[in-house]
Amino acid sequence: MKYLLMICGDESAAEHANDGCGGWSEDMEARGVVTGGAGLHPPDEATTVRVREGELLLTDGPFAETKEQIGGFVLIDCADLDEAVEIAAKHPAAGYGTIEIRPVLEPPPGVV
Amino acid sequence: MTFEEIYRQEWGQVVATLIRLTGDWDLAEECAQEAFAAALQRWPEDGVPDRPGAWLTTTARNRAIDWLRREAVGAQKLREVAAVSVEQDPPYDVPDDRLRLMFTCCHPALAMEARVALTLRTLAGLSTAEIARAFLVPETTMSKRLTRAKQKIQHAGIPYRVPPAHLLPERTPAVLAVLYLLFNEGYSDVVRSQLSSEAIRLARLLVQLMPAEPEAAGLLALMLLHDARRDTRLASDGALVTLDEQDRTRWDHTQISEAVDVLDGALQLGASGPYQVQAAIAACHATAPTAADTDWPQIAALYAQLPQTPVVALNRAVAIGMADGPAVGLRLVEDLAAGPLTGYHLLPATRADFLRRLERRPEAATAYEEALSLATTDAERRYLEKRLREVSVRS
Repeated sequence: MKYLLMICGDESAAEHANDGCGGWSEDMEARGVVTGGAGLHPPDEATTVRVREGELLLTDGPFAETKEQIGGFVLIDCADLDEAVEIAAKHPAAGYGTIEIRPVLEPPPGVV
Repeated sequence: MTFEEIYRQEWGQVVATLIRLTGDWDLAEECAQEAFAAALQRWPEDGVPDRPGAWLTTTARNRAIDWLRREAVGAQKLREVAAVSVEQDPPYDVPDDRLRLMFTCCHPALAMEARVALTLRTLAGLSTAEIARAFLVPETTMSKRLTRAKQKIQHAGIPYRVPPAHLLPERTPAVLAVLYLLFNEGYSDVVRSQLSSEAIRLARLLVQLMPAEPEAAGLLALMLLHDARRDTRLASDGALVTLDEQDRTRWDHTQISEAVDVLDGALQLGASGPYQVQAAIAACHATAPTAADTDWPQIAALYAQLPQTPVVALNRAVAIGMADGPAVGLRLVEDLAAGPLTGYHLLPATRADFLRRLERRPEAATAYEEALSLATTDAERRYLEKRLREVSVRS
């Protein structure tokens, strides 16, 4: 099963910006569960795009006005939700922020 | 055994086995339903088979094979399902499947309401309409809730298994919480008493499947003890009858001794937890020959062993007040007054009761009035009105 881990934090997450992942990435690399991912620039550098009735609407900042914002994401491929939870719980950001686990929609037959 | 009893007993096993074989929850339920329908036709003529569960599982499995063949989905899956012979190598006797199902239905990644509904549907075999009635929501709402829960299990990859040993300590409480919630839903309302019986039945199953889990046995004992007093809790006019005024001859004493045995067994396993402690408290009440014989010091000591939530602190104050006198109890309750229990009707009701015992009637009346304004059920209101009348009468 493929899952997207969305690493979220509030303003306090900035303190951890240069912490790195404390060996997590290397461990997961070795287990072969990580298939992609990246860290992100902070939400005030985001641009949000909407097209409504043919009109392009651009806004400054993230789409959701919440304290918690996505700081990075990891794509993993593992056996089931319990393993995904175990992987997410080991990520250092789980200790100060939150990690949302979302199953990835498998493409319908014929697409790939 | 009536067909209804066989249905209640075997439904969960048949569905659980079919889910393991096919990996498809909807198909499993449909095939189980068809198997029971077939039994209803065949058994009156052929007689009930020696092992009705194995008969039902085989029949349901054959329906699944037919369906898979018709749909020609995955020849591999078809071979797998067909390869299992229920009669010769009976998965029917392997208790795992129902335990697996229980842990899957109660997975913490599901919302609590979904866990409860799914447990009732797949393990207890209640119809969607019955569950909807029990939770006072429209049937369509409940049906959507169940569909969403089953979809989440599939899409989110919630595993169909009993979690490995290292996850058991954090997962078992979720299963126990669902069963206790189920029981309480049925206990607070006469109309929904069926939910309590289902909770007890499932707890019995859990104890049988996890004999080394003391908290499962603790929960079973706790529910049996509460349930043994069920019929004496309400007066004929619907008013709540408190423990000290209940007719103890009408308690189910067979069930109380069974519960005490279950609890003793659990305590011998040597890992005490909140359900066992609560069961021990309930046992103190249930085994006292009269209300005056209640071992209040023991009950107060047991409350001290529970996590000190505000409600536990209040109950402990009551027990200490009963052991050491109403003046001591009143002081403890007044200490709790400014805390998080503000607005909880049992706080002024308890205070009122101690004041009444201290013969401070006008103050007791004021406190009963306050409790009355906060009470949430008719039964409680009737009880409090009765007490208020008693302390208001000039002697």
